[in-house]
Amino acid sequence: MTALLLDRRQLLLGGAALLAIGGPARAEASTVRITVEKLAFVPEEITVRAGDTIEWVNKDPFAHTATVKGGWEVAIPPGKTGTRVAAAGDDIEYYCRFHPNMKGRIVVSA
Amino acid sequence: MKTLSAALGAACLVFAASLAGAADKPTDPQIAHIAYSAGVIDVEAAKLALTKTQNPDVKAFAESMQKDHEAVNDAALALVKKLGVTPEDNETSQSLAKAAEAKRAELGKLDGAAFDKAYIDNEVAYHQQVNGALETLLIPSAENGELKSLLETGLKLFQGHQQHAEHVAAGLK
Repeated sequence: MTALLLDRRQLLLGGAALLAIGGPARAEASTVRITVEKLAFVPEEITVRAGDTIEWVNKDPFAHTATVKGGWEVAIPPGKTGTRVAAAGDDIEYYCRFHPNMKGRIVVSA
Repeated sequence: MKTLSAALGAACLVFAASLAGAADKPTDPQIAHIAYSAGVIDVEAAKLALTKTQNPDVKAFAESMQKDHEAVNDAALALVKKLGVTPEDNETSQSLAKAAEAKRAELGKLDGAAFDKAYIDNEVAYHQQVNGALETLLIPSAENGELKSLLETGLKLFQGHQQHAEHVAAGLK
Protein backbone atom coordinates (compact mmCIF):
# COMPACT_ATOMS: atom_id res chain seq x y z
CA MET A 1 0.00 0.00 0.00
CA THR A 2 2.80 2.38 0.96
CA ALA A 3 4.57 1.43 -2.22
CA LEU A 4 1.44 2.18 -4.18
CA LEU A 5 1.05 5.59 -2.60
CA LEU A 6 4.67 6.32 -3.21
CA ASP A 7 4.35 5.28 -6.84
CA ARG A 8 1.39 7.52 -7.30
CA ARG A 9 3.23 10.42 -5.72
CA GLN A 10 6.22 9.82 -7.92
CA LEU A 11 3.95 9.76 -10.92
CA LEU A 12 2.39 13.05 -9.93
CA LEU A 13 5.78 14.59 -9.33
CA GLY A 14 7.03 13.19 -12.60
CA GLY A 15 4.02 14.56 -14.40
CA ALA A 16 4.51 17.97 -12.83
CA ALA A 17 8.15 17.93 -13.86
CA LEU A 18 7.22 17.04 -17.42
CA LEU A 19 4.68 19.83 -17.54
CA ALA A 20 7.27 22.24 -16.20
CA ILE A 21 9.73 21.22 -18.89
CA GLY A 22 7.14 21.24 -21.64
CA GLY A 23 5.92 24.70 -20.78
CA PRO A 24 2.25 25.52 -20.25
CA ALA A 25 0.10 22.44 -20.81
CA ARG A 26 -2.33 22.56 -23.69
CA ALA A 27 -5.67 22.58 -21.95
CA GLU A 28 -7.37 20.84 -24.85
CA ALA A 29 -5.17 17.68 -24.76
CA SER A 30 -7.78 14.97 -24.83
CA THR A 31 -8.45 11.27 -25.21
CA VAL A 32 -9.55 9.92 -28.55
CA ARG A 33 -11.24 6.56 -28.29
CA ILE A 34 -11.26 3.79 -30.89
CA THR A 35 -13.56 0.83 -30.37
CA VAL A 36 -12.19 -2.51 -31.51
CA GLU A 37 -15.12 -4.74 -32.27
CA LYS A 38 -15.81 -7.63 -34.63
CA LEU A 39 -12.34 -7.42 -36.12
CA ALA A 40 -12.51 -3.71 -36.97
CA PHE A 41 -11.10 -0.43 -35.68
CA VAL A 42 -14.02 1.98 -35.33
CA PRO A 43 -13.61 4.68 -36.46
CA GLU A 44 -11.05 3.49 -38.95
CA GLU A 45 -9.49 6.94 -39.16
CA ILE A 46 -8.98 9.37 -36.30
CA THR A 47 -7.51 12.86 -36.15
CA VAL A 48 -5.47 13.78 -33.09
CA ARG A 49 -3.01 16.38 -31.93
CA ALA A 50 0.41 15.43 -30.61
CA GLY A 51 0.00 14.87 -26.87
CA ASP A 52 -3.54 13.51 -27.12
CA THR A 53 -4.07 10.04 -25.73
CA ILE A 54 -5.28 7.41 -28.17
CA GLU A 55 -7.29 4.71 -26.46
CA TRP A 56 -8.22 1.41 -28.10
CA VAL A 57 -11.10 -0.31 -26.28
CA ASN A 58 -11.21 -3.99 -27.21
CA LYS A 59 -14.72 -5.44 -27.10
CA ASP A 60 -13.66 -8.66 -28.85
CA PRO A 61 -12.72 -11.86 -27.02
CA PHE A 62 -9.56 -11.86 -29.19
CA ALA A 63 -6.15 -10.30 -28.59
CA HIS A 64 -5.42 -7.46 -31.00
CA THR A 65 -2.59 -4.99 -31.54
CA ALA A 66 -2.17 -1.59 -33.11
CA THR A 67 1.07 -2.11 -35.00
CA VAL A 68 2.99 0.27 -37.21
CA LYS A 69 5.18 -1.52 -39.73
CA GLY A 70 8.77 -0.97 -38.62
CA GLY A 71 7.53 1.19 -35.75
CA TRP A 72 5.63 1.02 -32.49
CA GLU A 73 3.12 -1.51 -31.28
CA VAL A 74 0.36 -1.25 -28.69
CA ALA A 75 -1.06 -4.47 -27.22
CA ILE A 76 -4.86 -4.50 -26.94
CA PRO A 77 -5.75 -7.59 -24.87
CA PRO A 78 -9.25 -9.13 -25.11
CA GLY A 79 -11.80 -7.06 -23.19
CA LYS A 80 -9.13 -4.54 -22.23
CA THR A 81 -7.76 -1.20 -23.34
CA GLY A 82 -4.47 -0.16 -24.94
CA THR A 83 -3.24 3.43 -24.98
CA ARG A 84 -0.63 5.59 -26.64
CA VAL A 85 0.16 9.28 -26.32
CA ALA A 86 0.21 10.57 -29.88
CA ALA A 87 3.55 11.88 -31.10
CA ALA A 88 4.07 14.44 -33.83
CA GLY A 89 5.27 11.70 -36.21
CA ASP A 90 2.21 9.52 -35.70
CA ASP A 91 0.64 10.43 -39.02
CA ILE A 92 0.49 6.80 -40.09
CA GLU A 93 -1.38 3.66 -40.97
CA TYR A 94 -1.47 0.79 -38.53
CA TYR A 95 -2.78 -2.77 -38.50
CA CYS A 96 -3.34 -5.69 -36.14
CA ARG A 97 -0.36 -8.06 -36.07
CA PHE A 98 -2.61 -11.06 -35.38
CA HIS A 99 -5.26 -10.10 -37.97
CA PRO A 100 -3.54 -8.00 -40.64
CA ASN A 101 -6.88 -7.44 -42.42
CA MET A 102 -7.70 -4.99 -39.58
CA LYS A 103 -6.42 -1.56 -40.58
CA GLY A 104 -6.60 1.90 -39.12
CA ARG A 105 -5.20 5.35 -39.76
CA ILE A 106 -4.05 8.16 -37.49
CA VAL A 107 -3.93 11.71 -38.78
CA VAL A 108 -2.00 14.22 -36.68
CA SER A 109 -3.29 17.73 -37.10
CA ALA A 110 -1.14 20.77 -36.40
CA MET B 1 6.20 -30.32 -53.54
CA LYS B 2 4.28 -33.16 -55.06
CA THR B 3 2.94 -34.24 -51.69
CA LEU B 4 2.03 -30.66 -50.82
CA SER B 5 -0.05 -30.22 -53.97
CA ALA B 6 -1.65 -33.58 -53.32
CA ALA B 7 -2.50 -32.55 -49.78
CA LEU B 8 -3.93 -29.23 -50.94
CA GLY B 9 -5.98 -30.99 -53.57
CA ALA B 10 -7.28 -33.42 -50.98
CA ALA B 11 -8.18 -30.59 -48.63
CA CYS B 12 -10.19 -28.81 -51.30
CA LEU B 13 -11.94 -32.02 -52.20
CA VAL B 14 -13.18 -32.50 -48.64
CA PHE B 15 -15.58 -29.60 -48.87
CA ALA B 16 -16.40 -30.07 -52.53
CA ALA B 17 -17.17 -33.80 -52.24
CA SER B 18 -19.09 -33.83 -49.00
CA LEU B 19 -21.01 -30.71 -49.85
CA ALA B 20 -21.84 -31.93 -53.31
CA GLY B 21 -23.08 -35.11 -51.62
CA ALA B 22 -25.41 -33.02 -49.57
CA ALA B 23 -26.93 -31.15 -52.47
CA ASP B 24 -29.37 -29.59 -50.02
CA LYS B 25 -27.93 -26.72 -48.09
CA PRO B 26 -26.83 -27.52 -44.55
CA THR B 27 -29.20 -26.78 -41.68
CA ASP B 28 -28.29 -24.47 -38.80
CA PRO B 29 -27.48 -27.40 -36.42
CA GLN B 30 -25.19 -28.83 -39.13
CA ILE B 31 -23.58 -25.46 -39.84
CA ALA B 32 -22.89 -25.01 -36.12
CA HIS B 33 -21.27 -28.45 -36.02
CA ILE B 34 -19.11 -27.79 -39.09
CA ALA B 35 -17.92 -24.40 -37.82
CA TYR B 36 -17.17 -25.77 -34.37
CA SER B 37 -15.31 -28.81 -35.78
CA ALA B 38 -13.25 -26.58 -38.07
CA GLY B 39 -12.20 -24.55 -35.01
CA VAL B 40 -11.29 -27.62 -32.94
CA ILE B 41 -9.12 -28.91 -35.80
CA ASP B 42 -7.12 -25.70 -35.87
CA VAL B 43 -6.71 -25.67 -32.09
CA GLU B 44 -5.33 -29.22 -32.26
CA ALA B 45 -2.92 -28.23 -35.03
CA ALA B 46 -1.77 -25.26 -32.92
CA LYS B 47 -1.16 -27.49 -29.89
CA LEU B 48 0.96 -29.81 -32.01
CA ALA B 49 2.91 -26.83 -33.36
CA LEU B 50 3.55 -25.53 -29.85
CA THR B 51 5.19 -28.84 -28.88
CA LYS B 52 7.39 -28.77 -31.99
CA THR B 53 8.38 -25.33 -33.15
CA GLN B 54 11.40 -23.32 -32.02
CA ASN B 55 10.60 -20.42 -34.32
CA PRO B 56 9.22 -17.37 -32.43
CA ASP B 57 6.98 -16.24 -35.30
CA VAL B 58 5.50 -19.71 -35.73
CA LYS B 59 5.04 -19.97 -31.97
CA ALA B 60 3.25 -16.60 -31.78
CA PHE B 61 1.05 -17.63 -34.69
CA ALA B 62 0.13 -20.96 -33.10
CA GLU B 63 -0.64 -19.29 -29.75
CA SER B 64 -2.91 -16.84 -31.53
CA MET B 65 -4.68 -19.69 -33.37
CA GLN B 66 -5.27 -21.59 -30.15
CA LYS B 67 -6.65 -18.58 -28.28
CA ASP B 68 -8.75 -17.17 -31.12
CA HIS B 69 -10.35 -20.45 -32.16
CA GLU B 70 -11.08 -21.36 -28.54
CA ALA B 71 -12.67 -17.94 -28.01
CA VAL B 72 -14.83 -18.12 -31.11
CA ASN B 73 -15.88 -21.69 -30.26
CA ASP B 74 -16.83 -20.56 -26.75
CA ALA B 75 -19.01 -17.88 -28.37
CA ALA B 76 -20.51 -20.52 -30.67
CA LEU B 77 -21.30 -22.83 -27.73
CA ALA B 78 -22.92 -19.97 -25.82
CA LEU B 79 -25.01 -19.09 -28.87
CA VAL B 80 -26.29 -22.61 -29.60
CA LYS B 81 -27.15 -22.97 -25.92
CA LYS B 82 -29.06 -19.70 -25.99
CA LEU B 83 -30.88 -20.69 -29.18
CA GLY B 84 -31.60 -24.18 -27.92
CA VAL B 85 -29.88 -25.69 -30.96
CA THR B 86 -28.04 -29.02 -30.73
CA PRO B 87 -25.14 -29.16 -33.21
CA GLU B 88 -25.63 -32.08 -35.56
CA ASP B 89 -22.79 -34.23 -36.82
CA ASN B 90 -22.74 -34.59 -40.59
CA GLU B 91 -20.70 -35.75 -43.58
CA THR B 92 -18.78 -32.49 -43.94
CA SER B 93 -17.71 -32.45 -40.27
CA GLN B 94 -16.61 -36.07 -40.58
CA SER B 95 -14.62 -35.48 -43.77
CA LEU B 96 -12.95 -32.48 -42.17
CA ALA B 97 -11.99 -34.52 -39.11
CA LYS B 98 -10.65 -37.35 -41.25
CA ALA B 99 -8.54 -35.05 -43.43
CA ALA B 100 -7.25 -33.28 -40.32
CA GLU B 101 -6.23 -36.56 -38.73
CA ALA B 102 -4.21 -37.51 -41.80
CA LYS B 103 -2.57 -34.08 -41.86
CA ARG B 104 -1.73 -34.28 -38.18
CA ALA B 105 -0.05 -37.66 -38.67
CA GLU B 106 1.94 -36.22 -41.56
CA LEU B 107 3.03 -33.14 -39.58
CA GLY B 108 3.83 -35.30 -36.57
CA LYS B 109 6.68 -36.92 -38.49
CA LEU B 110 8.37 -33.61 -39.26
CA ASP B 111 10.65 -31.47 -37.12
CA GLY B 112 12.47 -28.15 -37.19
CA ALA B 113 12.26 -25.93 -40.27
CA ALA B 114 10.53 -28.69 -42.27
CA PHE B 115 7.75 -28.83 -39.67
CA ASP B 116 7.41 -25.03 -39.52
CA LYS B 117 7.04 -24.74 -43.26
CA ALA B 118 4.58 -27.63 -43.58
CA TYR B 119 2.49 -26.38 -40.64
CA ILE B 120 2.30 -22.78 -41.89
CA ASP B 121 1.63 -23.79 -45.50
CA ASN B 122 -1.19 -25.99 -44.28
CA GLU B 123 -2.58 -23.15 -42.15
CA VAL B 124 -2.72 -20.91 -45.23
CA ALA B 125 -4.46 -23.64 -47.23
CA TYR B 126 -6.78 -24.66 -44.42
CA HIS B 127 -7.99 -21.13 -43.65
CA GLN B 128 -8.42 -20.49 -47.36
CA GLN B 129 -10.58 -23.60 -47.60
CA VAL B 130 -12.68 -22.79 -44.53
CA ASN B 131 -13.12 -19.17 -45.66
CA GLY B 132 -14.31 -20.34 -49.06
CA ALA B 133 -16.86 -22.62 -47.41
CA LEU B 134 -18.03 -19.85 -45.07
CA GLU B 135 -18.46 -17.35 -47.91
CA THR B 136 -20.12 -19.55 -50.48
CA LEU B 137 -22.07 -22.02 -48.39
CA LEU B 138 -22.24 -21.70 -44.62
CA ILE B 139 -23.08 -17.98 -44.29
CA PRO B 140 -25.61 -17.93 -47.15
CA SER B 141 -27.27 -21.10 -45.78
CA ALA B 142 -27.58 -19.94 -42.16
CA GLU B 143 -31.19 -19.19 -41.25
CA ASN B 144 -30.74 -17.70 -37.80
CA GLY B 145 -29.57 -14.09 -37.80
CA GLU B 146 -27.31 -14.45 -34.77
CA LEU B 147 -25.67 -17.57 -36.16
CA LYS B 148 -25.13 -15.77 -39.48
CA SER B 149 -23.60 -12.81 -37.66
CA LEU B 150 -21.23 -15.04 -35.67
CA LEU B 151 -20.18 -16.79 -38.88
CA GLU B 152 -19.52 -13.40 -40.48
CA THR B 153 -17.29 -12.40 -37.57
CA GLY B 154 -15.64 -15.82 -37.88
CA LEU B 155 -14.97 -15.17 -41.56
CA LYS B 156 -13.26 -11.84 -40.79
CA LEU B 157 -11.25 -13.53 -38.03
CA PHE B 158 -10.15 -16.41 -40.27
CA GLN B 159 -9.32 -14.08 -43.16
CA GLY B 160 -7.06 -12.32 -40.65
CA HIS B 161 -5.51 -15.66 -39.73
CA GLN B 162 -4.91 -16.47 -43.38
CA GLN B 163 -3.07 -13.17 -43.88
CA HIS B 164 -1.11 -13.69 -40.66
CA ALA B 165 -0.11 -17.18 -41.88
CA GLU B 166 0.91 -15.73 -45.25
CA HIS B 167 3.12 -13.17 -43.48
CA VAL B 168 4.75 -15.90 -41.40
CA ALA B 169 5.19 -18.09 -44.50
CA ALA B 170 6.92 -15.22 -46.31
CA GLY B 171 9.32 -14.89 -43.38
CA LEU B 172 10.22 -18.58 -43.48
CA LYS B 173 11.47 -18.46 -47.05
